[in-house]
Amino acid sequence: MATKVHMEALSPTMEEGQVVKWLKAEGDAVSHGEILAEIETDKATMELVARGDGVLRKILLGEGGTAPVGEVIAIITGADEEVGDLPVAGEGETAERSPDGKAESEETGREEEGPEEAPGDEAPAAGGVAEEEEPAEKEPAGVQEGERVKASPLARRLAQEGKLELSTIEGTGPGGRVVRRDVEAAVDAGRKAEAEVAAPPPSRARAAVDGPEFEDVPLTQMRKTIARRLVESLGPVPHFFLRITVDMSRILEARERVNRLLEDGDGRISINDFILKATASSLARHPEVNSHWNGDSIRRFSRVHLGVAVATEEGLITPVIRDAHVKGLVEISAEIRELAARGKEKKLQPEEYTGSTFSVSNLGMFGIHEFTGVINPPEAGIVAVGGIEETPVVLEGQVVVRPLMKVTMSCDHRVIDGATGARFLETLKEMLEEPATALL
Amino acid sequence: MAEITYREALNQALAEELERDDSVFLMGEEVAEYDGAYKVSKGLLDRFGDLRVVDSPISELGFAGLGVGAAMVGLRPIIEFMTFNFSLLALDQIINSAAKMLYMTGGQINIPIVFRGPSGAALQLGAQHSQAAETWYVHVPGLKVVAPATPADAKGLMKAAIRDDDPVIFLESELLYNVRGEVPDGDHVVPLGLADVKREGGDVSIIAHGKTVHLALQAAKRLEKDGIEAEVLDLRSLRPLDVDAILATVRKTNRVVYVEEGWPYLGMGAQIAATIQEEAFDDLDAPVLRVTQADVPMPYAKNLEKLAKPNAERVIAACKQVLYRT
Repeated sequence: MATKVHMEALSPTMEEGQVVKWLKAEGDAVSHGEILAEIETDKATMELVARGDGVLRKILLGEGGTAPVGEVIAIITGADEEVGDLPVAGEGETAERSPDGKAESEETGREEEGPEEAPGDEAPAAGGVAEEEEPAEKEPAGVQEGERVKASPLARRLAQEGKLELSTIEGTGPGGRVVRRDVEAAVDAGRKAEAEVAAPPPSRARAAVDGPEFEDVPLTQMRKTIARRLVESLGPVPHFFLRITVDMSRILEARERVNRLLEDGDGRISINDFILKATASSLARHPEVNSHWNGDSIRRFSRVHLGVAVATEEGLITPVIRDAHVKGLVEISAEIRELAARGKEKKLQPEEYTGSTFSVSNLGMFGIHEFTGVINPPEAGIVAVGGIEETPVVLEGQVVVRPLMKVTMSCDHRVIDGATGARFLETLKEMLEEPATALL
Repeated sequence: MAEITYREALNQALAEELERDDSVFLMGEEVAEYDGAYKVSKGLLDRFGDLRVVDSPISELGFAGLGVGAAMVGLRPIIEFMTFNFSLLALDQIINSAAKMLYMTGGQINIPIVFRGPSGAALQLGAQHSQAAETWYVHVPGLKVVAPATPADAKGLMKAAIRDDDPVIFLESELLYNVRGEVPDGDHVVPLGLADVKREGGDVSIIAHGKTVHLALQAAKRLEKDGIEAEVLDLRSLRPLDVDAILATVRKTNRVVYVEEGWPYLGMGAQIAATIQEEAFDDLDAPVLRVTQADVPMPYAKNLEKLAKPNAERVIAACKQVLYRT
């Protein structure tokens, strides 16, 4: 039994990959899930793992070599097996790619009636990129590739609305088609079960991540007109900019006190961590800003996945702090430090730099006074943070020196109007000038 | 509100419009002296004279063309085909002249004409005289097509068709002429392009037009005994089509059976099924099924003709199929 090793789609947009390094040599024993090679994608260096057990019999693409996704780049065989007349690289055999690089959607669920096969004979985990060379009619056990759950369009929609996995519902229509009555029965069964187990009251933090992830707000005629007119006037994303000056005295004091408490050299909280925390908390209070432009609707997120621009030698990458609105300062600090470090080494996984709902870019540490960021579509805005500068200001008739910081927000005018953005910035300013407001 | 026959309803509509508007006239084979082959124009010659109610020679292409010409210079002709089987002889005038004149004159000359007569199979008239004409005409942009099922709709739609400024194909039926029903008093006009829910129900939608509306109602009544509430939507107008009404009933019941007396291949049901899957895909719990005439020329033999036509049993079976009840 031989297993072909394919060039896999390791990022959502990857079309070809380059072998940076083989971690196994020809003749080495390999087992399922073990790392075979490091592959450079268009985004990062990723690990390619074995999809079968045996011996790495033949490497078909050397280090530095490039191959399109789907091409066979090595062959794993049993211990005593020879490669024989197995097909070699370049034959153009293309494996299936799933668009997100993950296993197919819920529709490819495991089917209970699927025949169980020999233990250890595991199916490919990632979109069927490897295939077992087996005697004819034998199917790999578990996930049956291409097996789609048959369901009426209505049943499909109702299941989605009820957040039910279609594959878990028994279909009573012709050929096992899942139809309306099946989904309704499943929903009823779920409700009964729920009623029997009295759920404990959710904590505040849980509530913030348990509710619906977003709400799609249909476009009003006015909103459509605003969108069309603005696009006519300026680029595909009609930017406008709002700038606010923040007095950072209290944050500087707070940082000093917090870091004294932490007493840990590595775990020190930076000004940027405070800014991220304050931005996330402000976004949670302003879902109209924490939004995506979907073309025919605006998606308002109830959870904050904060993209943080990080400079690397080769360019910009934006790792994402998930559910930043419910994370504490220490957690945010540790997470962004770790993500940024791996980003600089190009070691981020695709899911770590996609899916942000809003972004922050900070060039303060480069001595930039103030700047404007370019929105990362479909997000509706980005906050650009400048450096803190000792600035003379007039307070109660006296000239005093205060540490001021300029924050500039770029807004997609199709989603955010001036006053909407201004209200968000007001909240952000409050949180930074009076950190205690974050506790409210 | 008086109960009258479909034939009387049409006769009333013709008389009222002839009375109301001097530019309206009726022409066709035997419409005057003989009162019409199916007596739809009974008494009209006596009442309006032979300039308004005109017997034509047996020449469909000729008198259809006369009608189009009269319409071009401002009259409002009603052209009767003894049956729509004979309208095939006049296709060039209907499709190439009547339907396209407004377009080809850049909007200068409209054709306010009604082509009317019975369509579809009656009883044992043979393959050449037993065909449903709607699909041939509904295909053509520039034509409006209506097929009323009840006396009230027949009267109201006829008045709307005569008053309409575009050519209207008005499909009647030999088997409907004696159907009785209540018709509102006064100037009863049913606008073109509006469907009508003939029976409310929440489990399955039976959509039909013309004669098959009655089949749908029969089927719905029998389904009631099995606890199935069928909604019957009568399209009335095939073009323009009341898409909103179709989508509304789909969203209500999630299941559709289309019943028509024509052939299945690219029939009206094909258009309806296409519209539904385009516009209401996520509301469907089952494929749209069609009940039609068998895909053969209509047999003359009585037993075979019966088998070839759509019937209530087949409508009931189709409804149970889309309800996943067997």
